[in-house]
Amino acid sequence: MPFNIHDIVLLLPEDFLLGAVCAILLVDLFLKPAQRAITHWLSIAALLITIGLILADADPATTAFGGMYVRDGVATVLKVFILGTTAAVFVYSRGYLRDRGLYVGEFYLLCLFATLGAMLLVSAGNLVMVYLGLELLTLSSYALVALNRDSPLSSEAAMKYFVLGALASGMLLYGMSMIYGATGTLDLAQVQKLSAFVAGGAHEHQALLLFGLVFVIVGIGFKFGAAPFHMWIPDVYQGAPTAVTLFIGSAQKIAAFGMAYRLLAGGLDGMQDHWREMLAVLAVASLAIGNVVAIAQTNFKRLLAYSTISHMGFLLLGLLNGTPSGYAAAMFYAIAYAVTTTVAFGLILLLARSGFEAEEIDDFRGLNQRNPWYAFIVMLTMASLAGVPPLFGFFAKLLVLKAAIDAGMLWAAIVAIVFAIVGAFYYLRVIKVVYFDAPEDKSPLVLPADLPFRWLLSLNGVALLVLGLFWGPLIGWCYRALGL
Amino acid sequence: MTSTLPLLSLLIWLPIAGGALVSLLGSERAGAARWLALAVSVLVLLVSIPLFTGYDADAGTLQFAENHIWIAAIGANYHLGADGISIALIVLTTFTTVLTLLGAWDSVHDKVNQYLAAFLVLEGLMIGVFAAMDALLFYVFFEGMLIPMFIIIGIWGGPRRVYATLKFFLYTFFGSIFMLIALIYLFLQAHSWEMADMANLHLSATAQAWLFFAFLAGFAIKVPMWPVHTWLPDAHVEAPTGGSVILAAIMLKVGGYGFIRFSLPMVPDACQEFAWVVIALSLIAVIYIGFVALAQEDMKKLIAYSSVSHMGFVTLGVFIAMALVRKDGNPDAAYLGVSGAMVQMISHGFVSGAMFSCVGVLYDRVHSRMIKDYGGVVNTMPWFAALWVLFSMANCGLPGTSGFVGEFMVILASFQMNAWVAAAAAFTLIIGAAYTLWLVKRVIFGAVANDHVAHLKDINAREALVLGAFAAGVLLVGVWPAPLTHLMDASVRHVVDQLMQSKL
Repeated sequence: MPFNIHDIVLLLPEDFLLGAVCAILLVDLFLKPAQRAITHWLSIAALLITIGLILADADPATTAFGGMYVRDGVATVLKVFILGTTAAVFVYSRGYLRDRGLYVGEFYLLCLFATLGAMLLVSAGNLVMVYLGLELLTLSSYALVALNRDSPLSSEAAMKYFVLGALASGMLLYGMSMIYGATGTLDLAQVQKLSAFVAGGAHEHQALLLFGLVFVIVGIGFKFGAAPFHMWIPDVYQGAPTAVTLFIGSAQKIAAFGMAYRLLAGGLDGMQDHWREMLAVLAVASLAIGNVVAIAQTNFKRLLAYSTISHMGFLLLGLLNGTPSGYAAAMFYAIAYAVTTTVAFGLILLLARSGFEAEEIDDFRGLNQRNPWYAFIVMLTMASLAGVPPLFGFFAKLLVLKAAIDAGMLWAAIVAIVFAIVGAFYYLRVIKVVYFDAPEDKSPLVLPADLPFRWLLSLNGVALLVLGLFWGPLIGWCYRALGL
Repeated sequence: MTSTLPLLSLLIWLPIAGGALVSLLGSERAGAARWLALAVSVLVLLVSIPLFTGYDADAGTLQFAENHIWIAAIGANYHLGADGISIALIVLTTFTTVLTLLGAWDSVHDKVNQYLAAFLVLEGLMIGVFAAMDALLFYVFFEGMLIPMFIIIGIWGGPRRVYATLKFFLYTFFGSIFMLIALIYLFLQAHSWEMADMANLHLSATAQAWLFFAFLAGFAIKVPMWPVHTWLPDAHVEAPTGGSVILAAIMLKVGGYGFIRFSLPMVPDACQEFAWVVIALSLIAVIYIGFVALAQEDMKKLIAYSSVSHMGFVTLGVFIAMALVRKDGNPDAAYLGVSGAMVQMISHGFVSGAMFSCVGVLYDRVHSRMIKDYGGVVNTMPWFAALWVLFSMANCGLPGTSGFVGEFMVILASFQMNAWVAAAAAFTLIIGAAYTLWLVKRVIFGAVANDHVAHLKDINAREALVLGAFAAGVLLVGVWPAPLTHLMDASVRHVVDQLMQSKL
């Protein structure tokens, strides 16, 4: 492959972020703990500048390094939101980390490396790139989960995450090897051309390719946390420091969508008839397990974990449509989910004080009497997760239901809404705790002095309502990204 | 139409903005919050008057239309418009909201600003439901209403409020989400969210049947019809007075309105085919729930069951019309049925709102809703007793009150269908009189029952204003229904024309 300077230029956002991470790594070494704010703001600035670089040079869709790297509308949208949510994660996490002695440069560096991995993943045009991006993302995440190394819960979560994650990576790699065996190429564009031909009819490698597909779906299911590959989600969500859970629960779900899009819509597009059924099973199982088990949770982080599982079920419903409008619906869902979850975990971080984790649902009791504004934001968040109009989450659900019905999967849509009603119950229970129960401690909420955090949380919460009323530009952007 | 102001948008967003403002006042400034909320609601009432006076009722078309692109990507529009049916319900909403806020003046002391804000937001959303001409917009308002009501019952309700409000929310959510699937299906067929485009579709009998039952799930729970009515008594009993008034006077009407706007024009053939299902359920509601009401010991529960029974007349009227069209293609009798249903909705808005306000007046003084805690109230509260008796008479359907007009029209229409259906429907006049008058006898008349009743003070000027306004509505519609029927006449005819056309 001849070296081409244009390829490097095309990857300017990634180049910049990589350079910035290395620079921050070096700068951080020489900082005293009291000067950690420099790392903090540098990291946020790096993310924002990367967003600027992406938006400045987003057209036209093209590839670099012989098809290894793809720049298209989907990659642009996903990267902007991955970087944006990561920046929000940094703003939200600062006070929490400081209180717990976790305010270290490693948190920022690992998050940035994971973000870089996510960027490469959503731009992957080759099976090897998918794998490399994914590994950069997940390896950083394993370490992040174990960030609080003195906590047994954290260490246990990291172990579980690592063992299951390694297994899933292995499966994915195995599946990729079979696809390579069947098609003779690692390039997704080539795979796309060949896979339909190989899978249809009596090709000698048909079975091999189908096996490959199954293993790839396992890998995707694991990354999403879709049932039955959801086992790690509750433990990791609960065990990891909340700041890390926030990162894993928001930006990484957008990346997971990107990975599924590249592999299924890009490479294995010709096998839609096969993967549609598999995704439908995953979707329904996730909706059932996520929503039903969530009812029994008393820990807010575990509740959100099971809620994630059910939301990934919804997202898969959009994906299984297999047309650009279905992918746009799923992409919109991933973004809506990430934005909403960020607020939900942000609220936990708001209530968490030094030495006190606001993890139980009961910690939110009577919040309305202590601080009506943040109580209102809890209500918006829960209503958005439950899919009540006019909030953001409802329109995301609307689009995926439309996609599922359009694909002739009416039964799946009906199963989904039945479980959405079950889901509404536990979201309402949180609103109930916040609004209807009396607080044990009636004093006004002690708010952290961190103004950027409070402003961003309020803005993020209100965005759920504003994006619910004016979601036209965002869905328009998603549609354009998919060439609609 | 002389006005160029976007009246409908103003009616929707003014109360919502006012609600946001009121909630920002904070819970300490209760007095300011009350006055501001009242001012906003009065202003909204005033804005709704040009709607009534400026509407060209003879045309019966959609007027005051506003149409803007909302979400271009999926073809959803911010399309508002109102015909006679919508306007009648919108004015009922603005009128009742003022009285509700006034009624809560002294009875709510906890987080007053949030209470008032919830009602104002709710008002805007309810008007939105009646004004939306885009199905997605309709659905957004329809579901959006749940959250303020959920909060109202849950925070300011009685002891079992959490159970009641969760039940209310989940029941309604359950029904409406099936409606959402139906709307998405219609959208995929019509490639438009416009309700008018959906009504122009040609659908197979099977598709119509599925859509019919999906709509039925959504609207029957809202009305509510037997056997999915069980959330209503719980919600009413636990809700604060204002919540009960709005729930009974307006929110139940959304169900009847939905039948008229969605089921009839979009799936008329299925409506004809399955009219008997709804007629049977309505008759069960009218008769069986009437008996259930008779057995209640809690005043609010009794009135709640009475609401279910009276709303049975609304669904009966609407679907008698369908059955008549199927039987002999008779548009006049069908018109009578739908008209009767509409008048019954407006009348029930006044009567049930008034009855719940009356219970609120007593509850504020004695803090009990049990019938056995009262007796001989007329001795200490003569003015109140006079008004209560008037509302009770309207509830029985006495000629001269609003209750009579709608029920009479529906029974008349039923007669053309089948004398037995008419007889069963007319039975409500007996059973309704029985439970209402028995309630009056036990609460109002007789000897003074206990010390609480002996120390009751008669209604003050504020309460007199609230109940007096309801009484004026009841009597006006009862004695001179012409303005109301004229307002809705052409629009109802338009609906009947639509349901006469097969969509197969």
